[in-house]
Amino acid sequence: MNNIYLQLWLTFMKIGAFTFGGGWAMISIIEREIVDNHKWIAKDEFLDLLAIAQSMPGILAVNISVVIGDRLKGVKGSLAAAFGTILPSFVIILAIAMFLTPDTIKNNDVLSRIFKGIRPAVVALIIAPVITTARAAKINWKTIIIPVAVALLIYSKLPFISNPILYIVLGALGGYLYYTHTILKRRKEGDA
Amino acid sequence: MSIYLKLIWAYLKIGLFGFGGGYAMLSLVQNEVVKNGWISNQMFTDIVAISQMTPGPIGINSATYIGYVSTGNVWGSILATLVVVFPPYVLTLLASHYITNHHDNAVIKGAFMGLRPVVVGLIASAALLLMNKDNFGNATTDQVISIIICVASFCVVFFTKIHPIVVIILAGIAGYFIF
Repeated sequence: MNNIYLQLWLTFMKIGAFTFGGGWAMISIIEREIVDNHKWIAKDEFLDLLAIAQSMPGILAVNISVVIGDRLKGVKGSLAAAFGTILPSFVIILAIAMFLTPDTIKNNDVLSRIFKGIRPAVVALIIAPVITTARAAKINWKTIIIPVAVALLIYSKLPFISNPILYIVLGALGGYLYYTHTILKRRKEGDA
Repeated sequence: MSIYLKLIWAYLKIGLFGFGGGYAMLSLVQNEVVKNGWISNQMFTDIVAISQMTPGPIGINSATYIGYVSTGNVWGSILATLVVVFPPYVLTLLASHYITNHHDNAVIKGAFMGLRPVVVGLIASAALLLMNKDNFGNATTDQVISIIICVASFCVVFFTKIHPIVVIILAGIAGYFIF
């Protein structure tokens, strides 16, 4: 097992196959594998790479594998690592999709009862991160208008207005303008 | 436009604008996929449940599942999965080469300042859109039971450290015996 590409691929495949929930659940496991076990990257560099991966769109676990693979072995390394991360979930879900089609669930009495119980629980699983991310984003009574407006406008199902991409673009643009015009200026005046 | 081109276009957008993690991405998937009628609301919820119970990121899982179901073959699955990771792959690679001082990068810092409250709204919209008759049932008794399951699941997930997989399994068992 001297081939570094193979090692990258296998390591990320292991991470992809054994972490449930993606994203944040994966980070600590990736860190343990890459920093502690393989010693491919030092801890502080890992944190720098994590910051880059987080600032890009897409699936965080895949982005992390891309930056780590790239840092170790360039573009080829990034491909090996990314394919490793994707492969286990792809294979598992494909197998499920082939056998557990919507019709199978509907026509099977046991499955349809089980899923009737599961669906409201899934809704709860999505409500919980609304509150935790609101806390992490330090939403207060003044800024709460933003998430409330965004949620209701998307919920409205109106054409164009209900497209979430609109609010992602506006949010990023608004944040950038606010940051450069208000915060950086305030900082400069503070220096003077 | 063929279903494959539509699938590529939808998942390019989901990949390119997928900020804020898996749950925030659900809102994009809803807008691109459920609104187009490729899959029903119910199925979308089922995919989220299956994603939670299987390893791997929710973004990959949904692309693989929806790619298969909307086209009926493996190629749709492969296509959607590759397309959803492609734009982020290129951007991440470029960023890791060219953004050396990302901590002080005003564009990234400012953009994320604005994105944070939006992401909260995105996740909330995904939850709101799922609170419907497809998931909570038509009959009043079904709805009452569903709301109880929802509130109980929320309390477990939010106030204890019990893993979401356990909550889904328990809700499935409850559903089997109650409905």
